[in-house]
Parts: sequence; C-alpha cells; structure tokens
Amino acid sequence: MTDSTESPDLTRRGGLTRLKEGTYGGLFAACAAITLLTTAAIFVTLLSDAVVFFRSIPIAEFLTGTNWSPNPAGGGQAFGIIPLLIGTLTVTITAAFISIPIGTLTAIYLSEYATPNARSILKPLLEILAGIPTVVYGYFALVYVTPALKATLFPEMSTFNALAASIMVGIMTIPMVSSISEDAMSAVPDELRQAGYGLGATKFEVSTGIVVPASISGIASSYILAVSRAIGETMIVVVAMGAQARMPEVQQALFGIPFVNPADVLLQSGMTITVAMVQITGGDLTGGTLPYNSMFALGLALFVVTLVMNVISDIIAQRYREEY
Amino acid sequence: MSNSTTDDSLITTEVQTDSNDGRAAPAAGTAVAARDLDVFYGDEQAIDDVTMEIPEKRVTALIGPSGCGKSTFLRCINRMNDMIEICRVEGDVEFGGKNVYDDDVDPVALRRKIGMVFQKPNPFPKSIRDNVAYGLKIQDFDGDVDARVEESLKGAALWDEVKDQLDSSGLELSGGQQQRLCIARAIAPDPEVILMDEPTSALDPVAASKIEDLIDDLAEEYTVIIVTHNMQQAARISDRTAVFLTGGELVEYDDTAKIFEDPEEQRVEDYITGKFG
Repeated sequence: MTDSTESPDLTRRGGLTRLKEGTYGGLFAACAAITLLTTAAIFVTLLSDAVVFFRSIPIAEFLTGTNWSPNPAGGGQAFGIIPLLIGTLTVTITAAFISIPIGTLTAIYLSEYATPNARSILKPLLEILAGIPTVVYGYFALVYVTPALKATLFPEMSTFNALAASIMVGIMTIPMVSSISEDAMSAVPDELRQAGYGLGATKFEVSTGIVVPASISGIASSYILAVSRAIGETMIVVVAMGAQARMPEVQQALFGIPFVNPADVLLQSGMTITVAMVQITGGDLTGGTLPYNSMFALGLALFVVTLVMNVISDIIAQRYREEY
Repeated sequence: MSNSTTDDSLITTEVQTDSNDGRAAPAAGTAVAARDLDVFYGDEQAIDDVTMEIPEKRVTALIGPSGCGKSTFLRCINRMNDMIEICRVEGDVEFGGKNVYDDDVDPVALRRKIGMVFQKPNPFPKSIRDNVAYGLKIQDFDGDVDARVEESLKGAALWDEVKDQLDSSGLELSGGQQQRLCIARAIAPDPEVILMDEPTSALDPVAASKIEDLIDDLAEEYTVIIVTHNMQQAARISDRTAVFLTGGELVEYDDTAKIFEDPEEQRVEDYITGKFG
C-alpha cells in the first residue's frame, strides 16, 4: 500500500441515492405483499360465504352426505360431498399411478443416464408437455383415449369416464414430477457418485442406491405437488369425465367391510369437486342462493385438502433433508 | 514459498525418512505397473509415456505441481477416467499381471479390487454402519456384515470414536472422522490396492496427521498409492516417491529417501526445494 495523506472518501451518499435504495426495497416488498394479500383475500371470501352455507346445511351433513344435487329440476336439493370426493380421489390416485412411476424413472434417466445432448433435447420437450393447455388434454382423452380403451380393453366403458380423464391428468403431471425430481437428483454432488463408482458400484446401483436416497426429499415434494395439481385439475375432467355426481354402489365384503368395485368408478362418468363448482357457475345463478354458497363450501374443502398436502410436503422435505 | 519454510521442510524430511527405511528396503512383488502409458484429454496430453512399477504393501507417493497428471495417473489404475468422455488412454496398466484396459476387463469388477479415497471426504448421506457396509452390500457379501464393519472401522482407527453411534448419519462426524469413515468404507470389501487422491488436503493439521499415521498402518495389509501436494507428507509416509512434472512426464521414481536427499535430476531437486512449482 502506498503512503497517502489523503483520507479515503467515506462520507454518506446523497439523499437521492438513499431514497432510490429505499424505493427499490419497497417495490419488491409490495410485489411480495400482493401474493400474500391475494391468498388471504381468497381464504377470507371462501370462509365467509362458506359460513353462510353451513348455517343452512350442517357441516356434518355436507361431509357425510352421499347425494349431490344442488339444482334439481323437481326440487329436493342435496349437498353431500362424498360422491364428489370419490370422483376427486379416483382421478388423483389413478393419475398418481401414472405420473409418479413414469416421472421418477424419467428423472433418473435425465439426471443419470442421458448424455448432455439427449438431455438438452428431452428437457425442453417435457416442458412443452407441461405447457399444453389442459382443455387439449381433455379433448384428447375424450376423442382418442376413451375410444381406444373401449375398442381394446373395456368395451362396456361409458363415453364419459374417470379412467381416460385420470390417464390424461397423470400424463399432464409427469413433467412436474420429472422436472423437480431431476433438479433434486442433479443437485446431488458428484463426489457421492464417484464414491459409489470407486467401490465398484454399477450405474444402476449408484442411481438407485445413492442418488435417489440422497435426493428423496425433493422427489417426495415433486409427488405432493403433482398430486395437488391433480386434485385441482378441472378442464380435463370436465371434458372427459362428464358431470354426473354418481355414487358408486357400495358392496359388503367379508365381515361387512364396505368396498366399491373399481370398475364401477373408473369406467363410468363421475364428478370431481372442481367440476361441481364449474357446473354451479355454469347455471343461472343469483348470488346468495344455497347452490351459490355451496360453491364456496366446496372451494374451502379443496383449499383445506391442498393446504394439508403442501404442509405434508414441507414436513417431508424438512424431515428427510440430506445435508451433503 | 519463502526460504524459511523450505528449510524447515527439508529438516523434517530428513528426520522422518529414516523411520521408513525398515520397510522400504526389502524387495516386494509388483502390485500395479504402468507400461508406456499415455493419457489424453481431447488433444491435450496429460500423461506422457509413463512406465513404472508400484510395489505391493508399500506406500507409493505421487507428487508434482498442479496439472502434472498425478491424479490422472491414479485414476487410470481403477479406470475412473472412463467416466470422462474426452479421456483417451494408450498403453498398459497392469494389475496382478493383467492389463486393466483389455477388452474383457469389467471396470466395475476392477474397482471392487481397488479401493479409492478422495480429496474431499464424501460419506454417503446414510448411517455410519451403512456407509461402511455399502461396498459389501453391492458385492453380495455373505459373511457377517457387522463384524466386517467393526473390523473396518478399527482398521481406519475410527471404531472407538463411533462405536456407540453406528446408526447416526456419517455426515454428523467431523471432517477428519468423515475421511477415516471413507477409508473404512474403502477397506471394508478387502481390496488389494487403495488409491488416495490428496486425502488430507481438505483437513486440518491434527486430522491430517491421524490419517498419515493410519496410512502407515494400512501399508501392512494393502498397497497404498497416494497423490499429494504436500511434499513433507510424501516424505513422512511413503516408501517410494514418483515425481511428475508439467506435461505428465514421470521425471524420477525411486525410494523416498533418495528422492528427497539426493535426487538424480536437477529439476526434481528444484521442485523439492521450492525453486519450481
């Protein structure tokens, strides 16, 4: 360092600079606040109208009722969420059976096996799959998947059915599983793979025994996100599954355990919570009527389910977080 | 490097090499041999016509400045370079008399006979027990896994520190303990050779000195080949030292005492005394 008699200029910057810095901070905070406020506003709206609904229909009746007919021609309204819940669960679970295995294996391929060239082509293609409007998936299910299934496996299948819709919801959520899981697997440090190879592990052993366990929290989060997405999916279901709030026939198995024949649910039309909401808004509705308010009760139910899923996903991510 | 440090290192060197003379003297069989080995990364030559025989159950140190090819050479022995797409190997590397680059050699089988310890401790995010048992698991070891885990941890001088916490994560250990865990993991499948790629460079001096003591013990059962940046370390722990200089050339390879006290090549003397590199 050279000898210097001049002391460095350390004076505080002018007021304008400080004002600008303050403004930037405020701007960013405002954008963050918009998201928070919107979420809070939605929740408050849902809750307040749902409360009005639950004054007429007790929560217990809403949660245990097996008949959903909010707007019948001949009178005799019924607001039981069970048939809708069955529809939503059918779609969600069946879709998960498609998106989780295919998405995970795709992620392993992309992260561990694909050459950089193959990856650079496949990743954008998968992201295109995520960008297709869901109504297109819905028509695809109705126009191609259902006829194909009908012609080959299930001749007794109805034109609007849960299976074709679920398959397309599953396919739609594959990129969500594969992309997030692949990010998690790629984040596993190469040193761990080297350690495995150094011990004489094969590529398969390194992928399944080291990389997947090390990234399990990210993989689990991707599953929950995909499932949450499937729960909320509306367009595919409304187009391909129809809009009939059907209660499947409950049979008694051994020891009186109730069960439902999966074919009865999958091959027939059905209605999910989201579709029920769409149907209500599709009619001539006046605000303040019972069917109108039931929409908010359904929305609240959906909100609670997805919120719980997200909390579970966070807990899993925390619990299995691997510090590497 | 300043002059005073260099002087210190030479003093340490001379004192320490004497202690290794007992083991270095008798002739031993050859564990690994390289013949006319050339390695290229794309167009760049990383190893230039190296021929050397590495004795079994001895510690052989590979030293040299950064980029001299010593790590590349180490990774040729267990074919870890296979994973680098642009890497091309010509010539022979013999292990137990067999050229490991022959077409019928499976690198997976080869690596089960040659353990490796890396620069940065890299335990798996699994329990201590599962870390050590990993190599046994993938090799379908049918003996007593727990006994072998204990034996390996003892062999890596870690047993007393971890015997009550075998089920806790290997990542909860300190850096030095993690590196000894990695050594335990490497010796558990009972390999013949252990490759070490600067195993102490990420550790503090106390942890490093424990690893050095351990390496000395390991040489009673295994052939140890160690790459190091640290010349004093090479002098302290190795029986034979190979000096690589820029361009992947093996300049001198001899008993460690000879290399550090009376090297043939002026370039090696310059490197060791800190005039170069």
